[in-house]
Amino acid sequence: MRQRPENEAALTFLSRSSNEGFARTAAACFAAQLDPTLDEINDIKTAVSEAVTNCIVHAYPDALGKILLRLRIYGRDTVEILVKDSGVGIPDVDKAMEPLFTTGNEERSGMGFTIMESFMDRVKVRSAPGKGTAVTMTKRLARRIGGGA
Amino acid sequence: MPVTITGAGRDVTAALSGEVDHHHARAIMDELDRLADTALPRRLTLDLSGVSFMDSSGIAVLLRAYRRAQELDGAVRVVHVPDQAWRVLRAAGLERLMTFE
Repeated sequence: MRQRPENEAALTFLSRSSNEGFARTAAACFAAQLDPTLDEINDIKTAVSEAVTNCIVHAYPDALGKILLRLRIYGRDTVEILVKDSGVGIPDVDKAMEPLFTTGNEERSGMGFTIMESFMDRVKVRSAPGKGTAVTMTKRLARRIGGGA
Repeated sequence: MPVTITGAGRDVTAALSGEVDHHHARAIMDELDRLADTALPRRLTLDLSGVSFMDSSGIAVLLRAYRRAQELDGAVRVVHVPDQAWRVLRAAGLERLMTFE
Protein backbone atom coordinates (compact mmCIF):
# COMPACT_ATOMS: atom_id res chain seq x y z
CA MET A 1 0.00 0.00 0.00
CA ARG A 2 2.17 2.85 -1.19
CA GLN A 3 -0.47 5.19 -2.44
CA ARG A 4 -0.68 8.63 -0.92
CA PRO A 5 -2.64 8.77 2.34
CA GLU A 6 -5.95 10.64 2.26
CA ASN A 7 -5.29 11.99 5.71
CA GLU A 8 -2.57 11.82 8.33
CA ALA A 9 -1.98 12.85 11.92
CA ALA A 10 0.99 12.29 14.20
CA LEU A 11 1.55 12.66 17.91
CA THR A 12 4.65 12.31 20.02
CA PHE A 13 4.37 11.69 23.74
CA LEU A 14 6.45 10.47 26.66
CA SER A 15 6.40 6.82 27.73
CA ARG A 16 4.28 7.45 30.81
CA SER A 17 1.58 4.91 31.48
CA SER A 18 -0.94 7.73 31.89
CA ASN A 19 -0.56 8.29 28.12
CA GLU A 20 -1.95 4.83 27.27
CA GLY A 21 -5.52 6.10 27.52
CA PHE A 22 -4.63 9.28 25.66
CA ALA A 23 -3.07 7.37 22.75
CA ARG A 24 -5.95 4.96 22.21
CA THR A 25 -8.53 7.74 22.48
CA ALA A 26 -6.59 9.88 19.97
CA ALA A 27 -6.45 6.96 17.52
CA ALA A 28 -10.18 6.33 17.95
CA CYS A 29 -10.99 10.01 17.36
CA PHE A 30 -8.91 10.07 14.17
CA ALA A 31 -10.50 6.86 12.85
CA ALA A 32 -13.99 8.21 13.62
CA GLN A 33 -13.95 10.15 10.31
CA LEU A 34 -14.35 6.79 8.51
CA ASP A 35 -17.66 6.24 10.30
CA PRO A 36 -16.57 2.96 11.91
CA THR A 37 -18.80 0.67 13.92
CA LEU A 38 -18.41 0.59 17.69
CA ASP A 39 -16.69 -2.80 17.41
CA GLU A 40 -14.18 -1.39 14.91
CA ILE A 41 -13.43 1.58 17.16
CA ASN A 42 -12.92 -0.78 20.11
CA ASP A 43 -10.60 -2.99 18.01
CA ILE A 44 -8.46 0.03 17.14
CA LYS A 45 -8.38 1.27 20.75
CA THR A 46 -7.38 -2.17 22.01
CA ALA A 47 -4.60 -2.67 19.44
CA VAL A 48 -3.15 0.82 20.06
CA SER A 49 -3.26 0.23 23.80
CA GLU A 50 -1.22 -2.96 23.37
CA ALA A 51 1.38 -1.39 21.08
CA VAL A 52 1.84 1.70 23.26
CA THR A 53 2.01 -0.35 26.46
CA ASN A 54 4.75 -2.47 24.88
CA CYS A 55 6.80 0.70 24.31
CA ILE A 56 6.26 1.87 27.87
CA VAL A 57 7.09 -1.46 29.49
CA HIS A 58 9.72 -2.92 27.16
CA ALA A 59 11.26 -0.21 24.97
CA TYR A 60 12.07 2.15 27.83
CA PRO A 61 12.34 -0.08 30.91
CA ASP A 62 14.44 2.28 33.03
CA ALA A 63 13.81 5.74 31.64
CA LEU A 64 11.25 7.89 29.89
CA GLY A 65 11.47 8.00 26.13
CA LYS A 66 9.46 9.30 23.22
CA ILE A 67 6.73 7.37 21.44
CA LEU A 68 5.44 8.33 17.99
CA LEU A 69 1.84 7.53 17.08
CA ARG A 70 1.20 8.17 13.39
CA LEU A 71 -2.28 7.67 12.02
CA ARG A 72 -3.09 7.47 8.32
CA ILE A 73 -6.15 6.88 6.23
CA TYR A 74 -5.84 5.26 2.82
CA GLY A 75 -8.71 5.31 0.37
CA ARG A 76 -12.15 5.46 1.95
CA ASP A 77 -11.91 2.61 4.40
CA THR A 78 -8.39 1.74 5.55
CA VAL A 79 -6.62 3.00 8.62
CA GLU A 80 -2.88 2.50 9.18
CA ILE A 81 -1.39 3.01 12.63
CA LEU A 82 2.33 3.29 13.30
CA VAL A 83 3.62 3.08 16.88
CA LYS A 84 7.33 3.74 16.98
CA ASP A 85 9.89 4.06 19.75
CA SER A 86 13.64 4.63 19.93
CA GLY A 87 14.14 2.20 22.80
CA VAL A 88 16.03 -1.01 23.42
CA GLY A 89 14.59 -2.95 20.48
CA ILE A 90 13.54 -6.59 20.28
CA PRO A 91 16.32 -9.16 19.70
CA ASP A 92 13.94 -11.82 18.31
CA VAL A 93 10.69 -10.45 16.89
CA ASP A 94 9.22 -13.87 16.02
CA LYS A 95 9.72 -15.03 19.60
CA ALA A 96 8.28 -11.82 21.02
CA MET A 97 5.13 -12.32 18.96
CA GLU A 98 4.46 -15.80 20.27
CA PRO A 99 1.39 -16.02 22.53
CA LEU A 100 2.22 -15.95 26.26
CA PHE A 101 5.84 -14.93 25.67
CA THR A 102 6.73 -11.99 27.90
CA THR A 103 9.78 -10.48 29.49
CA GLY A 104 7.54 -8.09 31.43
CA ASN A 105 6.40 -8.27 35.02
CA GLU A 106 3.25 -9.91 36.32
CA GLU A 107 1.03 -7.12 35.01
CA ARG A 108 1.78 -8.37 31.50
CA SER A 109 0.20 -11.47 30.07
CA GLY A 110 2.32 -12.02 26.97
CA MET A 111 -0.80 -11.61 24.82
CA GLY A 112 -0.18 -8.10 23.46
CA PHE A 113 0.89 -9.06 19.92
CA THR A 114 -1.74 -11.80 19.77
CA ILE A 115 -4.42 -9.23 20.57
CA MET A 116 -3.02 -6.80 17.98
CA GLU A 117 -3.05 -9.53 15.35
CA SER A 118 -6.55 -10.70 16.14
CA PHE A 119 -8.04 -7.18 16.26
CA MET A 120 -6.29 -5.70 13.20
CA ASP A 121 -5.99 -7.09 9.66
CA ARG A 122 -2.23 -6.82 9.44
CA VAL A 123 0.57 -6.24 11.96
CA LYS A 124 4.15 -5.67 10.86
CA VAL A 125 6.99 -5.35 13.36
CA ARG A 126 10.42 -3.99 12.54
CA SER A 127 13.00 -3.80 15.29
CA ALA A 128 16.71 -3.31 15.76
CA PRO A 129 18.38 -3.88 19.14
CA GLY A 130 19.54 -0.55 20.57
CA LYS A 131 17.64 1.45 17.94
CA GLY A 132 13.98 0.86 18.57
CA THR A 133 10.84 -0.81 17.31
CA ALA A 134 8.17 0.17 14.79
CA VAL A 135 4.80 -1.57 14.79
CA THR A 136 2.59 -0.88 11.77
CA MET A 137 -1.00 -2.07 11.95
CA THR A 138 -3.67 -1.76 9.30
CA LYS A 139 -7.38 -2.35 9.41
CA ARG A 140 -9.90 -2.14 6.62
CA LEU A 141 -13.25 -1.05 7.91
CA ALA A 142 -16.49 -2.52 6.65
CA ARG A 143 -18.22 -0.27 4.14
CA ARG A 144 -21.66 0.48 5.38
CA ILE A 145 -24.54 1.16 3.05
CA GLY A 146 -25.12 4.89 3.12
CA GLY A 147 -21.92 5.44 5.11
CA GLY A 148 -20.11 8.73 4.54
CA ALA A 149 -16.66 9.10 3.03
CA MET B 1 -11.96 3.14 43.50
CA PRO B 2 -11.27 0.62 40.72
CA VAL B 3 -12.56 -2.28 42.84
CA THR B 4 -15.70 -2.37 45.01
CA ILE B 5 -16.07 -5.37 47.27
CA THR B 6 -19.36 -6.75 48.55
CA GLY B 7 -20.48 -10.04 50.00
CA ALA B 8 -20.50 -12.00 53.19
CA GLY B 9 -18.15 -14.58 54.60
CA ARG B 10 -16.23 -16.37 51.92
CA ASP B 11 -18.65 -15.63 49.11
CA VAL B 12 -17.37 -12.33 47.77
CA THR B 13 -18.05 -10.13 44.76
CA ALA B 14 -15.43 -7.72 43.48
CA ALA B 15 -16.79 -5.19 40.99
CA LEU B 16 -14.13 -3.72 38.72
CA SER B 17 -14.72 -0.33 37.16
CA GLY B 18 -13.12 2.04 34.71
CA GLU B 19 -10.30 1.20 32.34
CA VAL B 20 -8.43 -2.04 33.00
CA ASP B 21 -5.16 -1.25 31.24
CA HIS B 22 -1.48 -1.39 32.21
CA HIS B 23 -1.77 2.03 33.89
CA HIS B 24 -4.50 0.82 36.28
CA ALA B 25 -3.67 -2.90 36.53
CA ARG B 26 -1.30 -2.66 39.51
CA ALA B 27 -3.90 -0.92 41.72
CA ILE B 28 -6.57 -3.46 40.76
CA MET B 29 -4.23 -6.40 41.42
CA ASP B 30 -3.28 -4.94 44.81
CA GLU B 31 -6.96 -4.61 45.77
CA LEU B 32 -7.72 -8.18 44.70
CA ASP B 33 -4.62 -9.47 46.52
CA ARG B 34 -5.75 -7.71 49.69
CA LEU B 35 -9.17 -9.29 49.26
CA ALA B 36 -7.63 -12.75 48.87
CA ASP B 37 -5.45 -12.21 51.95
CA THR B 38 -8.21 -10.93 54.23
CA ALA B 39 -11.47 -12.55 53.09
CA LEU B 40 -9.98 -15.87 51.91
CA PRO B 41 -12.85 -16.16 49.42
CA ARG B 42 -14.08 -19.63 48.61
CA ARG B 43 -16.22 -18.27 45.82
CA LEU B 44 -15.02 -15.08 44.15
CA THR B 45 -17.25 -13.31 41.65
CA LEU B 46 -15.64 -10.70 39.44
CA ASP B 47 -18.26 -8.29 38.14
CA LEU B 48 -17.02 -6.46 35.03
CA SER B 49 -20.20 -4.47 34.30
CA GLY B 50 -18.44 -1.19 35.17
CA VAL B 51 -15.39 -1.83 32.96
CA SER B 52 -15.28 0.73 30.13
CA PHE B 53 -12.14 -0.66 28.48
CA MET B 54 -9.88 -3.67 28.87
CA ASP B 55 -6.66 -4.71 27.15
CA SER B 56 -4.34 -7.65 27.77
CA SER B 57 -3.54 -6.23 31.22
CA GLY B 58 -7.04 -7.45 32.13
CA ILE B 59 -5.99 -10.98 31.18
CA ALA B 60 -3.12 -10.70 33.68
CA VAL B 61 -5.50 -9.34 36.35
CA LEU B 62 -7.97 -12.19 35.91
CA LEU B 63 -5.26 -14.85 35.74
CA ARG B 64 -3.76 -13.58 38.99
CA ALA B 65 -7.15 -13.61 40.72
CA TYR B 66 -7.70 -17.13 39.41
CA ARG B 67 -4.32 -18.35 40.71
CA ARG B 68 -4.89 -16.78 44.12
CA ALA B 69 -8.32 -18.44 44.30
CA GLN B 70 -6.80 -21.78 43.39
CA GLU B 71 -4.29 -21.43 46.22
CA LEU B 72 -7.28 -21.01 48.54
CA ASP B 73 -9.08 -23.95 46.96
CA GLY B 74 -11.71 -21.53 45.74
CA ALA B 75 -13.44 -20.79 42.45
CA VAL B 76 -13.68 -17.69 40.27
CA ARG B 77 -16.76 -16.67 38.33
CA VAL B 78 -16.74 -13.70 35.96
CA VAL B 79 -20.04 -11.95 35.32
CA HIS B 80 -21.45 -9.06 33.26
CA VAL B 81 -18.55 -8.95 30.81
CA PRO B 82 -18.85 -6.06 28.31
CA ASP B 83 -18.43 -6.98 24.61
CA GLN B 84 -15.04 -5.29 24.22
CA ALA B 85 -13.56 -7.01 27.28
CA TRP B 86 -15.04 -10.33 26.21
CA ARG B 87 -13.25 -10.17 22.85
CA VAL B 88 -9.93 -9.61 24.64
CA LEU B 89 -10.49 -12.38 27.19
CA ARG B 90 -11.65 -14.81 24.52
CA ALA B 91 -8.54 -14.10 22.42
CA ALA B 92 -6.55 -15.44 25.37
CA GLY B 93 -8.82 -18.47 25.79
CA LEU B 94 -9.74 -17.58 29.37
CA GLU B 95 -13.18 -19.10 28.94
CA ARG B 96 -11.44 -22.50 29.08
CA LEU B 97 -10.04 -21.67 32.53
CA MET B 98 -12.80 -19.92 34.43
CA THR B 99 -16.56 -19.61 34.39
CA PHE B 100 -18.12 -16.70 32.49
CA GLU B 101 -21.77 -15.85 32.93
